[in-house]
Amino acid sequence: MIETIFFYLFASVTCLAGLMVISSRNPVHSVLFLILSFFNAAGLFILLGAEFLAMLLVVVYVGAVAVLFLFVVMMLDINFAELRDGFQRYMPLGLGVGGLLLTEILFVFFNRENMPERLDLTTGVSNTRALGRVLYTDYIYLFQIAGLILLVAMIGAITLTLRKRENVRKQSIKKQNERKREDTIEVVSVPTGVGIRKP
Amino acid sequence: MNVFNVNYFFELGWIVLQILIVVVPLLIGVAYLTLAERRVIGFMQLRKGPNVVGPFGLLQPFADALKLLSKETILPAGADKVTFVIAPMLTFVLALVAWAVIPFGDTLVIADINVGILYLFAISSLGVYGVIMAGWASNSKYAFLGALRSAAQMVSYEVSMGLVIINVLLCVGSLNLSDIIEAQKSMWFALPLFPMFVIFFISTLAETNRAPFDLPEGESELVAGYFVEYSSMSFALFFLGEYANMILMSAMTTILFLGGWLPPLDIYPLNIVPGPIWFISKICLVLFVFLWMRATTPRYRYDQLMRLGWKVFLPFSLVWVVLTAGFLICFDMLPVNGGLS
Repeated sequence: MIETIFFYLFASVTCLAGLMVISSRNPVHSVLFLILSFFNAAGLFILLGAEFLAMLLVVVYVGAVAVLFLFVVMMLDINFAELRDGFQRYMPLGLGVGGLLLTEILFVFFNRENMPERLDLTTGVSNTRALGRVLYTDYIYLFQIAGLILLVAMIGAITLTLRKRENVRKQSIKKQNERKREDTIEVVSVPTGVGIRKP
Repeated sequence: MNVFNVNYFFELGWIVLQILIVVVPLLIGVAYLTLAERRVIGFMQLRKGPNVVGPFGLLQPFADALKLLSKETILPAGADKVTFVIAPMLTFVLALVAWAVIPFGDTLVIADINVGILYLFAISSLGVYGVIMAGWASNSKYAFLGALRSAAQMVSYEVSMGLVIINVLLCVGSLNLSDIIEAQKSMWFALPLFPMFVIFFISTLAETNRAPFDLPEGESELVAGYFVEYSSMSFALFFLGEYANMILMSAMTTILFLGGWLPPLDIYPLNIVPGPIWFISKICLVLFVFLWMRATTPRYRYDQLMRLGWKVFLPFSLVWVVLTAGFLICFDMLPVNGGLS
């Protein structure tokens, strides 16, 4: 009963927030709604008994990925009128991707008897352990490949954005730490009326 | 389907009562932490600090609260109203909900969940949203710059914090907070993992935007950082949230490294003192170091801060993960509770 109430609560907020992501006028609001939707999806995971996944969803997507989204969207100087013009143009693409995802979900839904065995999360084994057991044994190659793909993406992003900038003052921490008092400061006694003369 | 019976309400009432038992002392703790901060820093700088309102200044926090409450709440004309109002609430709520999983004693915990440490980590990583939303919604340069700095800083130091937590988890073999404390029965993790303890503590300073990493509110350049535009109660919520976060981070340090509610030594006069008292006194000790740091260290420069996080802490804690794992495997000390079949 309670679980049903919470299921409908999380599910409806997820859907509404998802709807607001694409319909709100301000892109920053869109990202905030996206975060709300992630958060409620984590709630749904908890109801499924997948607490580990729920926490990871919050840590990774909400805590890290969405922050970067928000950063980028806030920093961009977005022309709202232009944004709305693009709507017609990108509509077919969006519909295409949406349709594809919907087909996939429907496929899973209608073939749910033929799907691989779901991990039994209700027995004594905690679900972190259960995940670890399959992830690092049966799916170790896939896991490693996923890691490599992320690495390649990261290197790509760095090479795209890294540029050598001239005229930038940078502190060399090593040099700074090696500096001694004697290298920079000299104590002189200044005779009155004579001043300091350079040797 | 007879859910709405007396038992159900009784249970709900019990949960609410438990929450109140945790939250009310926490808020009082926050109030007195502000006083303690001013007094401690005062003494360190050879001043007296606030000592006029009440005996030893003990009523000062309440006077401050009354002053804040009686002020006018200002909504800037250019602000994004809804986000502007939600931001302080979010900060405050996030600082409180994390306490649901903190174990105060052997069985004294509201929700003893399996993934307790991940929950804490998740909640603390959400804290950044209050800051970003406040900075963006204020529609002001200073607030925005403060928010950007703060967000970048919190995200950076979270990475090394995560790796430090992995170190501890390798030694425990469980994500449950009570298990983490139980695993420290023979020795607190602060000893074998001392470098990680130091890194974690410094990261918590950066995570809570405290000196020497309080750049987000660098007074001299940003006025007050992300909450410049806030006044009255909305400001108070940020303030309370920040201090509640400090206490939370101290609690996390205590749980991960200082043995939580365990006595320092399991000998007679020490082990009759109840767990919660040990827990709270350890938190106070860590909090004192927080205040001490503020009184004695100058503020970091921004590039130094980023360098420390990404180029020093991150590689070092990553190497330490490999070292810990290697050590545990080499000496066959990997904790395997629950039996790996």
